[in-house]
Amino acid sequence: MVSLDRLDKIAHKARESQRACDHSVNVCTAAACQSAQSQPVLNALKQELKNAGLESRCAVRSVGCMGPCAQGPCISVEPQGALYGKVRPEDAAEVVASLSTTPVERLAINTSTPFFQRQTKIVLANSGRIDPEKIEDYVAANGYRALLTALTERTPAEVIQEVVKSGLRGRGGAGYPTGLKWNTVAKAAGSQKYVICNADEGDPGAFMDRAVLESDPHRVLEGMTLAAYAVGATRGYIYVRAEYPLAIERLRAALRQAARQGLLGQRIGDTEFNFDIELRLGGGAFVCGEETALIASIEGRRGLPRPRPPFPANYGLFGCPTLINNVETFANIAPIVDQGGDWFASRGTEKSKGTKVFALAGQIVNGGLIEVPMGITLREIVFDMGGGLPTGKKFKAVQTGGPSGGCIPEAHLDLPVDYESLRAVGSIMGSGGMIVIDDGQNMVDVARYFMDFCMCESCGKCVPCRVGTAMMQDLLNRFCGRQATSRDLATLRHLCEVVREASLCGLGQSAPNPVLSTLQYFEQEYLDAILGKGRSNGHASP
Amino acid sequence: MPPTIPTPHSFTLTIDGQDVTATVGQSILQVANEHHVEIPTLCYLDGLSVWGGCRLCMVQIVGQARLVAACATAATEDMQVVTQSPQLHDYRQTILQMLFAERNHICSICVANGHCELQSWGQKLGVDHIDLPYRYPDLDVDSSHPRFRLDHNRCILCTRCVRVCDEIEGAHTLDVMGRGIQNMIIHDLNEPWGDSTTCTSCGKCVHVCPTGALSEKGTSVAEMVKRRQFLPYLTVMREAK
Repeated sequence: MVSLDRLDKIAHKARESQRACDHSVNVCTAAACQSAQSQPVLNALKQELKNAGLESRCAVRSVGCMGPCAQGPCISVEPQGALYGKVRPEDAAEVVASLSTTPVERLAINTSTPFFQRQTKIVLANSGRIDPEKIEDYVAANGYRALLTALTERTPAEVIQEVVKSGLRGRGGAGYPTGLKWNTVAKAAGSQKYVICNADEGDPGAFMDRAVLESDPHRVLEGMTLAAYAVGATRGYIYVRAEYPLAIERLRAALRQAARQGLLGQRIGDTEFNFDIELRLGGGAFVCGEETALIASIEGRRGLPRPRPPFPANYGLFGCPTLINNVETFANIAPIVDQGGDWFASRGTEKSKGTKVFALAGQIVNGGLIEVPMGITLREIVFDMGGGLPTGKKFKAVQTGGPSGGCIPEAHLDLPVDYESLRAVGSIMGSGGMIVIDDGQNMVDVARYFMDFCMCESCGKCVPCRVGTAMMQDLLNRFCGRQATSRDLATLRHLCEVVREASLCGLGQSAPNPVLSTLQYFEQEYLDAILGKGRSNGHASP
Repeated sequence: MPPTIPTPHSFTLTIDGQDVTATVGQSILQVANEHHVEIPTLCYLDGLSVWGGCRLCMVQIVGQARLVAACATAATEDMQVVTQSPQLHDYRQTILQMLFAERNHICSICVANGHCELQSWGQKLGVDHIDLPYRYPDLDVDSSHPRFRLDHNRCILCTRCVRVCDEIEGAHTLDVMGRGIQNMIIHDLNEPWGDSTTCTSCGKCVHVCPTGALSEKGTSVAEMVKRRQFLPYLTVMREAK
């Protein structure tokens, strides 16, 4: 039976085996680095160590995302502290030779830059440091301690209180206070309750949840289990998109290991508490990220949203009270319960606490994954941490929040990143995708790209979203083909309003945002298209 | 109207400034209908489950930022509902325009001309022209069934047929295929209606259809009158059991 003592033993053993080696080479095997061929690098490193006879003195570990994905494949060397990027299998010999001397300068990534120094890691604390396929590594990093302590020493109400105190808000995009949601589910009447983790990340350019699941899956499981204890649930589901095969593989392994250690299943930590988690794979529909559609999909029906209320907290999966949170939200739970809500709330702004993970993509030098305290400005993220745009390109806008968000121009770059500020300028926090757009890009094209996405992903249940997105796409095509009239512009504006106000779910209600925000800040480009003067460089691909 | 005797399960709210009585569990739309306040609907049909897709029954609730669908929102005590406003009128007109422009609705040659809910709401709400770009999709007509016809050109995807087939007839022959603007009503696994092995040929789908999309063969322009008496009859009889 699992207990704190047993965790100590597992942790001790894992640390011992790490200490047995003088060096450790960590190779990122998350999706981004793996697609940049990190696996051959890992194999080459092992072979080189074997050749050098250092097998027993240097461990080669497969770890999760280290952040600078554009520099992949990334490896880090402990205790030397070196971080290498764009490593090829041929470089293995040089890396092995340098273990006892100085780092290989040619491959080194400078970690004293703002990209690394400005980050505050809570969600990604273990990411890139532990082997995501080994529960021992997670336990050695104090994993599952918060869960077992809570199970034996705290009441569910105390756990919820800690989450309320932390001020954590939903990281899926809408920013609903997590503690409030937990309280509602805890108070809802019903003997059967469920906890669902929404891992159906689908915004173009967003890969935060994927990175968390691939780099530190146990953190999500621990967060879910704590949530289940707090609200009184006995069954959990992780709804993960099938397009994330590596995340699924690592989640499956994590579920197996946690069950074997008695951290999932019956009588967890020798208490009365039972909890099981099942994995469900999405069928590729973006709308299934919407909570009621996701629930329908888990139930085995078509993934269609339904009008709320009733909210899932009262009437969710199979008609039972259901807590549904995003991956990143759950990833914040164990640290909050472990170190206290006040500790978490000391970071961030007044209304948006803690940190947020962002995926930097598009025309930016340091593309990759960062975790920053809320309240940091967009300028700091794009220009200090992101290193600005590649040489010769000029900044035009940054797109946040995916197809539900908007494009923010230079004038608003000094805005602090929090839920309210981003909404005030016509965008949303969203799940954390950030796409930098340069001045070579036509904003009407950008709007058309996102409208195309919304049109294809609309489920078709409600008329405004089904027909409205298709009509807006038709109109945007006219603008891109410089065949629009000023009446088309008026119709486009009117459609934006009706689709936003009358659609059934969040997908339709936010689908006009990319058009509205580009109309707000770059109206001239629409007007140029009417006069036939603007330029269109084909299909936008931010 | 006969005087209503308040019971512990009833409460009052206002609809367009008028005090009305409702019982617990009733939707805004049901309360409005009982009190002869007309709210436009297309996907809603008394006797079938609530769908909430056409968005014509959107109403304003004082104090709430978002509009809600009257069919899918429970009436609560002291709620102040507004069913008519220039904004709501504009949205309803636009939604009807969207439906007219989505597929190929040509009333003058339609079997349901004069008996069509889309047409009559268009008339009532003053939709006398279409501002939106027509899509003119190329759609099929399924005439493979010996007695009935499905004309996709006239379908507004309200899913009444899908629901009646599943909930009342229990056959679930009909369903929706595809996503968004590609949505299409299908029989079984997208087979011709005439080849369906689950269809009982009961014809309920034809008679709940608000437009000329589902019709009986042998009807010509304006001849397809829909008969829905079976639905309240079945609903009441089944409840009595």
